[in-house]
Amino acid sequence: MRLAVHKFASCDGCQLSILDCEDELLAVAGAVDIAYFPEASRRMEPGPYDVSLVEGSITTAHDAERIQQIRRESKVVVTIGACATAGGIQALRNYADVEQFTRAVYAKPEFISTLETSTPIAAHIPVDYELRGCPVDKRQLLDVLVASLHGRRPAIPNESVCAECKRAGHVCVIVAHGTPCLGPVTHSGCGGLCPGYHRGCFGCFGPSSLARMEPMTEVWRSLGADDKTIDRALSTFHVASEANAAERARLEADDE
Amino acid sequence: MHNPRTILSHSDLGTLFATLHAEGRHTIGPTVRDGAIVYDRLIGPDDLPTGVVDEQAPGRYRLRHEGTRRFSWSVGPQSFKRWLHPPELRLFRATRTERGFAVEKPEAPPPLALIGARACELAAMAIQDRVFLGDVVDPHYASRRRDLFIVAVQCDRAASTCFCPSMGSGPRVSRGYDLSLTEVVDEAGHRFVVEIGSEAGRALAAKLPLHAATTDADAPERASAEAEAQIARRMPTDGLREKLLGAVASSNWDDVASRCIGCANCTLVCPTCFCTTVDDVTTLDGTHERVRRWDSCFHPDFSYLHGAGPVRSSVGARYRQWLTHKLATWHDQFGTSGCVGCGRCVAWCPAGIDIVAEAERLAEDA
Ligand code: SF4
Ligand code: SF4
Ligand code: SF4
Repeated sequence: MRLAVHKFASCDGCQLSILDCEDELLAVAGAVDIAYFPEASRRMEPGPYDVSLVEGSITTAHDAERIQQIRRESKVVVTIGACATAGGIQALRNYADVEQFTRAVYAKPEFISTLETSTPIAAHIPVDYELRGCPVDKRQLLDVLVASLHGRRPAIPNESVCAECKRAGHVCVIVAHGTPCLGPVTHSGCGGLCPGYHRGCFGCFGPSSLARMEPMTEVWRSLGADDKTIDRALSTFHVASEANAAERARLEADDE
Repeated sequence: MHNPRTILSHSDLGTLFATLHAEGRHTIGPTVRDGAIVYDRLIGPDDLPTGVVDEQAPGRYRLRHEGTRRFSWSVGPQSFKRWLHPPELRLFRATRTERGFAVEKPEAPPPLALIGARACELAAMAIQDRVFLGDVVDPHYASRRRDLFIVAVQCDRAASTCFCPSMGSGPRVSRGYDLSLTEVVDEAGHRFVVEIGSEAGRALAAKLPLHAATTDADAPERASAEAEAQIARRMPTDGLREKLLGAVASSNWDDVASRCIGCANCTLVCPTCFCTTVDDVTTLDGTHERVRRWDSCFHPDFSYLHGAGPVRSSVGARYRQWLTHKLATWHDQFGTSGCVGCGRCVAWCPAGIDIVAEAERLAEDA
C-alpha cells in the first residue's frame, strides 16, 4: 500500500500522532510504503497513492488547488483531525475580519496572502473517511490504515463521548462534580479521555451526528455557566461546524 | 431450611474476604473513586467505603462524610452488570496459520464474589438471567454467572431517586443471594446480622467466626422498613403497559425530546439494559479479533438500515423506544418489567430527566 501524508493549515499535531505510533509504525513501515511524508522523511515520491492522509484546512488559493491534485492521485482520502474535518480553530476567521487578524499578528501583513475562510477538506473534494479529534486518536488512525490494507470497513463508531466514558467506568463529571462537559454532544473516539482526568470534555472531536445543542446549553446553564462561557466552549476546534455555529447564533439571537 | 440469623463482627469482615479468596474468588464490591461509589476489585475491607453517605437527585450525585458505616449509601453509577456482562468483551481471536486460521477463545474468567449487592441489584440480575439464560444462552454471561457468590447488603437508607417498592424489587433483600448482611452500629458495637440464602451461603458461613443473634435478630426487617419509609418516588405501575402502548402518538415524546441530549447515559447505567454491538478488528499482521461492546438504542447507528438510514431518526423516537421497552414491551418479551426502580437513569442523566415523571405524564395522557 502506497501511503502519503499531506499537510495544509494546521499545527502538525496529527502528523505527530502518526509518528507517535512508534511500535506500530515499524509494522506499518513493513506493510506500507510511505511514499510521501515531508514531516517525517526526505522521501517525496509523486502519486498515485493508495491512501492519502490529509491534515489541515484550506486557507489559501494555492491550497485549494493542491487538494484537487491530491484527490486525483489518491484512491482513498482520509482527513485527519479537527482542522481537516471541520476547519479547525483557524476557522474563527470565518466569523471575523481576516485582515484585522493579519494586521494584528504579522509585522508585514502585506506579505500574507490568505482566503477569508478556513474550510474543511470535504468542502472541496469528496472524502472517504474523516477522523476527528485535536489531535486524532492513535487507535482510530491505525485502524483506518489496517482496514484499508485488509479491505474492511474501519471501526469508527458514531456515538457520544458519554458512551465511551461509561464503558471506561469513569464517574460523570457533570452529575458527580457539577463540571460542565460537552461529552453528550461530542463524537466519540477519544475513549472519554478528559472525564477520565476529572475534566469536562471540551469537544475536540466535534459535534456528533445527532448533537442536541439546546438541551446541552440548558445543562451548562444549570451548572452555572453563562452564555459567554458556552459561546467560548462552542468556538474552539469546531467553531465552523454546523451544530456549533447554529447554537452560537441562537444564543446571540436570544441575547438581543 | 431453617436458617437462624447470626452475627459477624465488623472486625471479622477481613475473614469474610479471606474465606472468599481462599476459594479462588475475586471479590468485587463498592469503593470510593472520583466522588462516587463504584464497583471494583477489592483486596479487603479497607477498600470499602467508610462513613460515606450519598445524596442523589435527578442529574445530581454527591458524597459526604457521616458516621462510620460501610454500607449506608444507595446504588452508585455502576451496577454488577459490568462484571457479568462486561462493557467490552473479546469474543474470540483468530490468527493466520499456514493452512488457514486458528481460533482462540477468551480465557475463562475467574470465579467472582460480589459484595454489597442491594435488593434492586439482585432483581436486575434476575432480569438479565431471563435475557441471557433463556431460550438462547449467552455463554459469556453464563460462565460468569454460574459460579457467582453473592454477599447481599440490606439497605437501611434510600436515595431520593430510589423507587424499588413500586417495582416490587426492594428494599428488602429476599431472594437471589448466598449471604446477606445487615449493618448495625450502636453502643454494643459495629456488626452485621447475617442471613443465609443458599447452600453455598451455608457452607461459607460455616467457615466464618459467627455468633448467635439475640436482640439483633429483627435488624434486617427494621433496616428495610427504615429505608422504605424514606422512599416517596412511585412508578405508576397500574395498567402502565397498556397506557404507554396507547400513548405512542403523545405530544409528550416531543416534550421530553426537547430536554433530552440523546447521550445514552440512561441506558448505559441501567442494570437491565443489555444491548451490544460487535466489531471486527484486525491488526497489521492479520490477527483478527471480534469484540462486543455495550451499545444503546440512543445511538443513531443502532437502528441504521442499509438504504434507509436510522429507523428511529429523532430523539423523541429513541426516548420512546427506551421507555416503552423498559416499562411495557419488556413484559411481552421477558414476562417482567425491565425496570427495578434503582433510580440510576434518573440520577445519572446529565439533563436530569426522570423516568418516573415521564411515565406519569404519559400515563395521564392515555
Ligand atoms: S463526564 Fe461528560 S462524557 Fe462522561 S458521561 Fe458525563 S457528560 Fe458524558
Ligand atoms: S434521557 Fe438523559 S441520559 Fe438518557 S439519553 Fe436523554 S439526556 Fe441522555
Ligand atoms: S430504568 Fe432506570 S430506574 Fe429502572 S432499572 Fe433501569 S436505570 Fe434503574
